[in-house]
Amino acid sequence: MRRLALKGAFALLLVAIVLFAVFPFYYAIVSSFKTGSELFRVDYFPFSWNWSNYAAVFEQQPFARNIANSVAVAAAVVALSLFLGLTGAYALGRVTFRGRGILLLTILGVSMFPQVAVLSGMFEMIRFFGLYNNLLGLILANMILTLPFTVWVLTTFMRELPVELEEAALVDGASPWVIVTQVFMPLMWPAMVTTGLLAFIAAWNEFLFALTFTLTNDQRTVPVAIALITGASEKELPWGNIMAASIIVTVPIIVLVLIFQRKIVSGLTAGAVKG
Amino acid sequence: MTQQTLDHAAAAPAVPSGKLSLGRSRVRAAWIFLAPMLLVLLLVAGWPLARTIYFGFTDADLSDIANYEFIGFANYLEYDDGEWYGLLVDPDWWNAVRNTLVFAFISVSLETALGLIIALALNASFPGRSILRAAVLIPWAIPTVVSAKMWGWMLHDQFGVLNDMLMGLGILSQPVAWTADPELAMAAVIMVDVWKTTPFMALLILAGLQMLPSDCYEAARVDGVHPVKVFFRITLPLIRPAIMVAVIFRLLDALRIFDLIYVLTSNSTDTMSMSVYARQQLVDFQAVGYGSAASTLLFMVIAVLTVVYIVGGKVNLGEGNR
Repeated sequence: MRRLALKGAFALLLVAIVLFAVFPFYYAIVSSFKTGSELFRVDYFPFSWNWSNYAAVFEQQPFARNIANSVAVAAAVVALSLFLGLTGAYALGRVTFRGRGILLLTILGVSMFPQVAVLSGMFEMIRFFGLYNNLLGLILANMILTLPFTVWVLTTFMRELPVELEEAALVDGASPWVIVTQVFMPLMWPAMVTTGLLAFIAAWNEFLFALTFTLTNDQRTVPVAIALITGASEKELPWGNIMAASIIVTVPIIVLVLIFQRKIVSGLTAGAVKG
Repeated sequence: MTQQTLDHAAAAPAVPSGKLSLGRSRVRAAWIFLAPMLLVLLLVAGWPLARTIYFGFTDADLSDIANYEFIGFANYLEYDDGEWYGLLVDPDWWNAVRNTLVFAFISVSLETALGLIIALALNASFPGRSILRAAVLIPWAIPTVVSAKMWGWMLHDQFGVLNDMLMGLGILSQPVAWTADPELAMAAVIMVDVWKTTPFMALLILAGLQMLPSDCYEAARVDGVHPVKVFFRITLPLIRPAIMVAVIFRLLDALRIFDLIYVLTSNSTDTMSMSVYARQQLVDFQAVGYGSAASTLLFMVIAVLTVVYIVGGKVNLGEGNR
């Protein structure tokens, strides 16, 4: 009898956890299909599949452009971070040299920087390069978020690779570049997928730089576009549109996360990326 | 990053030494490989940080950022005509400091407690465990801005589902304005942050739980020790290091919070964090000098905590309990 009660309590706890985690997302989906006065009534279940909010998001602002901007920025950030991370990780993970420990700790320290601490210096630099209101400026700025943990995680993975592989390649007269690209890179794919995915999510979600370094609607990324959706008046936010836009940008990320669940969890615990 | 990997990467030599020829050309190649990465890091982190700290000692203005004068510590503290001016006597700044500390302390405490519960639940075996693990990842995957908007709608004073639920349960007798009421705005921010980051906490603690040796539990079970006692005497002490690492990471993250507060309650003084305050000065008021001084102070706070953590980590390593 007591066992049964305990089992029941545990099941209840599990249900509560799932509800707690999923309900806000579920409720956003339900709301995104409501229009007009339907929004002013609380419903727990969807009653119609009205896609007009989804259409409105693309008609009332350059949302397709915003999505393209976000994809371009995130993809470029991932490619750059992985390239710089991989070459850096080779040096930090495979070669012993003076100052290596200090360098690693400095890189770790950079990942603790509050974004706002580099904001004014970054603003000046982006103005100097003529990259204000330009996606290239965002790509550059986002590197501070992704590069430290990419280097860090790839270094720890690189260290674990067997030394014999490198020795064999060295005996064959391979240059360091050949060793990295031909010998190590094929083995590093799992780690690169994990860090690449985490870098993509970080760049996709980035808000402060995108808000500060862009001016016009057609240069904005998705988070800024969503944050700045306004209605006819200040008080009348078009909640249906906002929810539809939120669902559009969240579903791909959730699908990615669910597909690569295990990799992400291992990457998070190895690299403790900010949530 | 767990404590283990930190110790691992920083303290141990790169590869077991003596096996590879550590020629000078190898070290030179290493620096060539490092150069692009270090250059980018210097460009996006080192230089902007140095400039921000320098701007903190100037009267720079956003509309004409190239023209400024060095004014010493006047942005921080200045005595003029019988009165003190500057950041250190600005009540709005101290309000932001207080808000940030309250936010960081309460949200991280709640996240640790809930994360521990969820991690313990996920550590048990039951049918559908992988579904639960996937569900828990959803809040983490949702962009912060989007989750702030989703919750902004759920917390809406007239049409929000949370008011509806609480009134249905009889907890509230009338709708409340979660994000506008000065008494409740911070609670609302904390609620959303707890929802968003508890999964991160739970996953880090779960990783710690899964590394625990099973023989202690066997012995405890054989001796018939009560499960609650097992938890407090065995589990908790053993996963304390993993929890501490997760707590410190979350704490450093919570101290620099910006997106959530900015989107959920905009520039309201009831919830304004240090980051929101600094950005408001920098961008909205165009006071680059003053805002940079505020950014520098925030950076100092986080830098000191980071150094304490890293030094503390080293001490931990020295005691050899890993």
